[in-house]
Amino acid sequence: MIEKTHIEEKIKKFIAQTFLRGREINPGLKNDTSFLEKGIVDSTGVLELVAFLEDTFKVKVEDEELIPENLDSVNNLVRFVSGKLKRS
Amino acid sequence: MLVNDFLTSSVKSSPHKVGLVFGKKRLSYSEMDKLSNKLANVLVSKGVKRGDRVGIYLDNSVETVCSVFGILKASAIFVIINSTTKPNKLAYILNNCRIKALITDFNKFETISQVCQKTPHLNFVLFSGGKSDKVRNNPEKFLVYEDQLNSAPSYPPRCESIDMDLATIIYTSGTTGTPKGVMMTHLNMVSAANSITTYLENTNSDIILNVLPLSFDYGLYQLLMAFKIGGTLVLDKTFLYPFDIVKTLINEKVTGFPGVPTIFALLLQLENLKKYDFRHLRYITNTAAALPVSHVRKLKETFPKTKIYLMYGLTECKRVSYLPPEEVNRRPDSVGKGMPNEEVWIVNEKGEKAMPYQTGELVVRGSNVMMGYWELPQETDKVLRSGKYPREKVLYTGDLFKMDQEGFLYFVGRKDSIIKSRGEKISPKEIENVLYELEEVAEATVVGIPDKILGEAIKAMVVLKEGAFLSEEQILKHCAQNLEDFMVPQVVEFRSFLPKTESGKIKKSALS
Repeated sequence: MIEKTHIEEKIKKFIAQTFLRGREINPGLKNDTSFLEKGIVDSTGVLELVAFLEDTFKVKVEDEELIPENLDSVNNLVRFVSGKLKRS
Repeated sequence: MLVNDFLTSSVKSSPHKVGLVFGKKRLSYSEMDKLSNKLANVLVSKGVKRGDRVGIYLDNSVETVCSVFGILKASAIFVIINSTTKPNKLAYILNNCRIKALITDFNKFETISQVCQKTPHLNFVLFSGGKSDKVRNNPEKFLVYEDQLNSAPSYPPRCESIDMDLATIIYTSGTTGTPKGVMMTHLNMVSAANSITTYLENTNSDIILNVLPLSFDYGLYQLLMAFKIGGTLVLDKTFLYPFDIVKTLINEKVTGFPGVPTIFALLLQLENLKKYDFRHLRYITNTAAALPVSHVRKLKETFPKTKIYLMYGLTECKRVSYLPPEEVNRRPDSVGKGMPNEEVWIVNEKGEKAMPYQTGELVVRGSNVMMGYWELPQETDKVLRSGKYPREKVLYTGDLFKMDQEGFLYFVGRKDSIIKSRGEKISPKEIENVLYELEEVAEATVVGIPDKILGEAIKAMVVLKEGAFLSEEQILKHCAQNLEDFMVPQVVEFRSFLPKTESGKIKKSALS
């Protein structure tokens, strides 16, 4: 079972490498920063994000799960992934 | 008729109807009317006069909608600037059409503070998004949007515009790399909106979902058309989480869904779409780039009761053509015929009307054709040429088409090197200019490469100066800091040389 902090670390690393490169987010990316509000992720980025979650954590993201409550911040992602791992 | 009459006539016919939905906010026509009156009064009281340009530098929001109508009610011209525009280009646009006032958000405060030093014509800025101490340093120039509106009267100021006046300037990518301002009069816009709502058979029971930016004319017209017909606009900030959009389509009983190929490609990736009930969805529209035939067929399977409109247009005349939905099965690769109240034809290289199936440049005649590019007479003369009557101008689109015997149009290609990615027109030159700002870059060129989701992905090819080093990361960082998000390349390739033509220009045709 992967620890929550470990999940968070991996997700943050992915976001920083894939979406933040070069972009300055004011006042910096926090765990509750909305990707939508700050324009961090675009629509094709969501695909990359989902592919990353599926590959890294070996989970299947269902259509109905492609909503901001699951994906729109580091906190939401950590909660979503941990919940999925617990159920699997 | 003026564009702002779209709102005022809907207020008269159905004041309490919800005209705008944005997240949890639901505003009636009467509320929108009052808010835009208040904004118009603020602008007038601060010195905005008939024909002045007022900028809107905001994401899709209630304030953006209110600003469009408020500016028009103040007899001024609105200019919506993509919210991901970076400081240099923002300053260019503000100076190019000498924007007098700007409406933006506190999120953009740092950008605006930087830009303000370089924009002598900008008299004041309204910041929305709550109170902030930040404006205290410059209380004459920086104002809080909400405070100003609260203390303004809600009756409409006298609108002095006539329909020959400009309603908006829309900046579009040019082949030279410098954005050009497309001038649209009230008459141009009302004509285009009339034609489009006619062929889409819109009525006041329509509920249109718009996820496209209002800075993009396709997005802007969803607002104008919804208010014109007295329907409802469900506005979203962007298309991001696909299932969120599915939920909105169902819960808001959406009847019209405009999109671009990237949006439909992402939506069609959902595996279970067919199990949902989209009975309210009367039509889907696609424009900005051709929808692959396989996606047209898949959309038809997924939304069997929904009409699918394939369309084509360019900012310079808003829309050109649409394929009647009943023709979609027969010719899914056509963009149809000219829309109502407009004439289109193709001219061959000799300037003669082309024969069926002969490729040539598409020409458009109609009252939807722009007045020209802002303060660019030579560029204007290249595309607006003499028409049927002495003072009339017709639009040469720069797009190559052929027409079948029944008059249906088929897109062949562009005369220039413009890239279409995510439905946005992108000038390779603009990206190349940004790449050349890097000292280490000796040569750079940008091309579009086919991409399943984006239509075209942006590929930059770079030759570094001898002994210089630059990583892909550094190049992308520089691009992200200077270009709108949709212009940042997906691929950077380092080359030791770039092929040239005899005249020494980089030979793009050998690269894509």
